[in-house]
Amino acid sequence: MGRRGWDLDGSGFRRDWLKTWVRGLKSLCLVTPVCNRSTRCIRGLSGLVAPEDNQRKGRTLFQFLADHFYDVAALREYLLRKQVLAVHQKNRFQGKEWIRPDRRGRFPYDFLKFQTVPVEAVDASGCAINYSGLDNLLPLKELQALWLQRCPHVDDWCLSRLHALADSLQELSLAGCPHISERGLACLHHLRHLRRLDISDLPAVASPGLTQILVEEMLPDCEVLGAGWAQGLKMGPGGQPRDASSSLLT
Amino acid sequence: MLWSALRLSCGRGSLARGLGTRGGGFTRGWDGKVSEIKKKIRSFLPGGALDPLFNTSHLPPEQADVVIVGGGVLGLSVAYWLKRLEKRQGAIRVLVVERDHTYSQASTGLSVGGIRQQFSLPENIQLSLFSVNFLRNINEYLAVSDAPPLDLQFNPSGYLLLASENDAAVMESNVKMQRQEGAKVCLMSPEQLRNKFPWINTEGVALASYGLEDEGWFDPWCLLQGLRQKVRSMGVLFCQGEVTRFVSSSTCMTNTSGEEVSLKRIYEVHVKMDHSLEYQPVECAIVINAAGAWSGQVAELAGIGHGPPDTLQGTRLPVEPRKRYVYLWHCPQGPGLETPLVVDTSGAYFRREGLGNNYLGSRSPTEEEEPDPGNLEVDHAFFQDKVWPLLAQRVPAFETLKVRSAWAGYYDYNTFDQNGVVGPHPLVVNMYFATGFSGHGLQHAPAVGRAVAEMVLEGSFQTIDLSPFLFSRFYLSEKTEEGNII
Repeated sequence: MGRRGWDLDGSGFRRDWLKTWVRGLKSLCLVTPVCNRSTRCIRGLSGLVAPEDNQRKGRTLFQFLADHFYDVAALREYLLRKQVLAVHQKNRFQGKEWIRPDRRGRFPYDFLKFQTVPVEAVDASGCAINYSGLDNLLPLKELQALWLQRCPHVDDWCLSRLHALADSLQELSLAGCPHISERGLACLHHLRHLRRLDISDLPAVASPGLTQILVEEMLPDCEVLGAGWAQGLKMGPGGQPRDASSSLLT
Repeated sequence: MLWSALRLSCGRGSLARGLGTRGGGFTRGWDGKVSEIKKKIRSFLPGGALDPLFNTSHLPPEQADVVIVGGGVLGLSVAYWLKRLEKRQGAIRVLVVERDHTYSQASTGLSVGGIRQQFSLPENIQLSLFSVNFLRNINEYLAVSDAPPLDLQFNPSGYLLLASENDAAVMESNVKMQRQEGAKVCLMSPEQLRNKFPWINTEGVALASYGLEDEGWFDPWCLLQGLRQKVRSMGVLFCQGEVTRFVSSSTCMTNTSGEEVSLKRIYEVHVKMDHSLEYQPVECAIVINAAGAWSGQVAELAGIGHGPPDTLQGTRLPVEPRKRYVYLWHCPQGPGLETPLVVDTSGAYFRREGLGNNYLGSRSPTEEEEPDPGNLEVDHAFFQDKVWPLLAQRVPAFETLKVRSAWAGYYDYNTFDQNGVVGPHPLVVNMYFATGFSGHGLQHAPAVGRAVAEMVLEGSFQTIDLSPFLFSRFYLSEKTEEGNII
């Protein structure tokens, strides 16, 4: 059973392109049942989108022009976007991956229909979620991705609660949170299924480079994005980074 | 001659008057003159404080409602909660008497700073849970306007207690009880331990209990300073001095079985200044003994323990100072960032300090090895012979390490059952204790402070019932033992 609605057979390019576009809208992601109608609709666009796996015979004059002129390529993108949007509006309940608030910031009521559907990803970037607010996220036992970028009240105490998501969490982003320090990062070792961790731009971490190394050692299967290891090291003579960790002793 | 003197004075007077009229009038500088006259009248009328003949700003006030002996974290916590729970603002005048304002020997500053819920008594677990809540919301409790927020530098890494075959059953029942009380602790088998912490040698370990949340270590000095500044802003008075005498009055009453009991009330505390013979008698209503390692001496001053043995009058406060060492070492291949505070089956413990592969740890000496508590000199041979071999056996990476520094501090050790003494004394009715926690006073300080304040203001414990910690258990020989002492 497909867990994600956009199960497009064929080009991975198409899937990634659409996924990144859809993710750009800030909202919740739900697991949806497979929707056949949408795939049919998208398949119809294959001729327009992927130039590399088109055969010579099938190429139209439009495509030839799009390859050679930027304006025509832009026109092609625009037309594709319009078609996809039309598809979206037709498949509002099943085609959705993300539940997102409308222009006035309110969530649609139809998301109450999805109460039994497990939540896979939560994007809470910039939200004022705090220690007691995590009570609402921790019971989500199937949560795979949690984004807490730039949350002003997420601190070390909040990170110590995340061990409840240890069985499922695969992606965690903490970039830009002003109150997180290396002491809170130490309790992320409970998350043994974590594959992507973003700890860039944490102003309260004293030595970002050293912290990055220690976190990488702590979570060997995880890809840790953050400061490079050389950040924070003083340059010795000859341009070689000098080890500053000796100054941390005593 | 008289005529010429008169003329001179008249002349001077007319000159002065002339200057005055020219300067701006008779009422110039009148406000200052009025306030001075008012002060003089107030000073000789009855009801006002006499204007002292000499400077007494360094002395404590002559009267205070509550005198807290000891200005460490427990004493300040009691002061904070007394001011917070008082019925009307400014209703209680609290005086904190601290002998050493640099806190050079106080247990608070020298502590390792750990907080855990892994105890064997439900009351201790509740005290820890409330205290960790207090620490988490410390900026709401201890906010002072215009002061920066406090950063306790809390490391939520948890405690890992290891148990051998003999202690495994006790540990299992303890963990069950801790979970019932609301602590988040899990049990681990040796195999799970090896998977999670590959640097542990699990030989001899049958079971381990690991605190998942609300456990770790923090900076005790920050808590102390935060409490000090908040308590100052709430109007508590501080005095640097030593309590040398309690003056009390006694009444004789008969109890239900017809025996004569003499009840004492302390009505005056003599506070002696540092490096001087000067002392100030402070009239007080209530005395709180939060003197930590020296609580036993303060209790002696109040006459507790002066009587025939095996009577209530003859029961001493069994709190005495015990010296404990802490060593800081560097081990480049040591355990990583995820290391909790590990307590070995032998009693040796260690934790990480900072990012630079430095570790802090020690072991409590057995009764036979107890060092002399007369000074705070460190015995490095103790680390070489008694601590290092045990650590190296449990964590093989610690075979190569280099000790960077060490220090010693006191436990306010309760020789009876290693648990705190809280509440009033049955005979010296207005002395309340908040001491004797034998190494876990810091982590219980906010909750114990609240309990003592409730006892003083309401007459009974309102939130956490600490009746097992009352003084009377020493006379009744009912031990409230705590198993997990580090």
